[in-house]
Amino acid sequence: MNKNRLLKFFGYKLIRFIILILVVAIFSFILIDLSPIDPVNAYLRQAAVSEAQRQILENYFGTNVPLTTKIFHWLVDLIHFDLGTSLIYRAPVIDIILEKASASMVLMAISWVLSGIIGFALGVVAGKNKGSWIDKAVKVYCYAIQSAPSFWVGMLVLMIFAVYLGWFPIGFGVPIGVRSTDATFMEWASRLVLPALTLSLVGLAPIAMYTRNELIQVLSSDYVLFAKSRGEKGWDLVKNHGIRNILLPAVTLQFLSFSELFGGAVLVEQVFSYPGVGQTAVAAGLSSDVPLFLGIVIFSAIFVFVGNLLADLSYYLIDPRIKESEFND
Amino acid sequence: MIRKRESDDKKQWFLYTANLRTKTIVIIVLSALVIISIFVSGYFIRDIPTSFVNANQMPSLQHIFGTDWMGRDMFQRTIAGLGLSIMVGFIASVISTIISIVLGLLSSFNKFADECVAGIIDLFGSIPHILLIILVSIMFGGGVIGVVMGVGLTHWTVKEIRTKEYIHLAENLGKSKVWIAVKHIFPLIISQIIVGVILMFPHAIMHEAAITFLGFGLPPHEPAIGVILAESMHYLSSGYWWLAFYPGMSLLIVVLLFDFIGENVEKLLNPETAQE
Repeated sequence: MNKNRLLKFFGYKLIRFIILILVVAIFSFILIDLSPIDPVNAYLRQAAVSEAQRQILENYFGTNVPLTTKIFHWLVDLIHFDLGTSLIYRAPVIDIILEKASASMVLMAISWVLSGIIGFALGVVAGKNKGSWIDKAVKVYCYAIQSAPSFWVGMLVLMIFAVYLGWFPIGFGVPIGVRSTDATFMEWASRLVLPALTLSLVGLAPIAMYTRNELIQVLSSDYVLFAKSRGEKGWDLVKNHGIRNILLPAVTLQFLSFSELFGGAVLVEQVFSYPGVGQTAVAAGLSSDVPLFLGIVIFSAIFVFVGNLLADLSYYLIDPRIKESEFND
Repeated sequence: MIRKRESDDKKQWFLYTANLRTKTIVIIVLSALVIISIFVSGYFIRDIPTSFVNANQMPSLQHIFGTDWMGRDMFQRTIAGLGLSIMVGFIASVISTIISIVLGLLSSFNKFADECVAGIIDLFGSIPHILLIILVSIMFGGGVIGVVMGVGLTHWTVKEIRTKEYIHLAENLGKSKVWIAVKHIFPLIISQIIVGVILMFPHAIMHEAAITFLGFGLPPHEPAIGVILAESMHYLSSGYWWLAFYPGMSLLIVVLLFDFIGENVEKLLNPETAQE
């Protein structure tokens, strides 16, 4: 029974995934096709060519091919994992994305875990001491950071820790003149600290606010009143009745934040010149590198989908109530 | 009579005696005044004088936000940028509110249309916001139109209209469709438009700044906040912190003010909380 349901679940998700990626691919392709970007000009970058050579290039890029044919070719190539060649890197798009994504993944994973743990802890402390100065401080911090542009937060962090205190290098994935494969672990790590710190500072606000509000609601419920009347108090009460109830939705919420995490990474990578997917997307967009940009859009859609899938799975795997009903079947 | 005099004696600042409704209105009006004054003065700031003698000065009484590399007063630049941001945010919010209402009406049409709207929501939710805005703004060829459409076309949220309980009740009572539309749906939509536009504002302004910062939005010669912040990136390592700190802080305050207004207006317009 259990296995069957799991298979059904994954089958359903797989079909959804395929449809979604197809629609995203077609949608983003049409948007780019409607844009005034001319592939020949983007390729040439104002280099002077004769009319005949331009004609050859136009044929090569298929500027006169109808949109439906173009979309069809694009989808067929996509199924073969061929995303084309990047115009700014002059290399297959898929290689570039894989290379940049690993750098981004490290950054996003660290800040995702940090923001989740710290945010949850802050939320619990604030919710338990509702109305105290600590609660007010957490609330003010969350409101302020949610209204602040994340790139500006990154600039402040950069100014304080790299420029004023001088603890960390100002940017770039590896020191200038060193190949990324030759860089030592410490050189990598020292450049990772500030972007990860920024993303965590920004990312912990929603989870902290959510945890705080939920905990306050749980603590004002009837069963907590009953537990109090039995003599439970302090941290034990919060641990046994509060955290057990809030942890699961908080984890789910954190998984659902993959989209914002990616968006934050785009901005933060730009501020810290961190060589990740986000910075590459901006570079590709600014210099009309259509294949690379579309590739990153599809990559980000997969990323967000995985986040949503994990959120669904977390319910399935962690929630004791669902597990129990499985065994009873 | 005696009680009245007593209260007259103890008469405090009038906000203490006012009820929640009055307080809310006062808060809204005050915040709106701040924003309107920023917008109006931003509109009139043109051609900020440059003087290279005063380049890169620390904040002082003369230039409270300091000066930039061309000796322009950063306070004036910030106000002008905020004015521009507010305008872009306003147009974008109106666009996305219109879209959300059209989609909301469409989804109440029939089951198929509802499925289509759900599909569109899924599609827009599956790509990170910032990439989607970049994509749309590239489609419109960048610039002001690109930003406005990019932010406007991606920020809508569809609200259920048809499924409100009292509308079902009215249908069951045999009221005509026109009566329901005029008496129930129209007031609902009006309040949704007002609250929707105001609550959309902070997001629109923040995303406009972010996109402009990345280089996709407003052209570099406009005094937008994103442009100011992108420019200040070059001077970070020289220690000119005021170039980045004050404009960002002002943006944060404007965003908070809009949040504030939105929440309070919603409180007033929402029949469930208006009577408190």
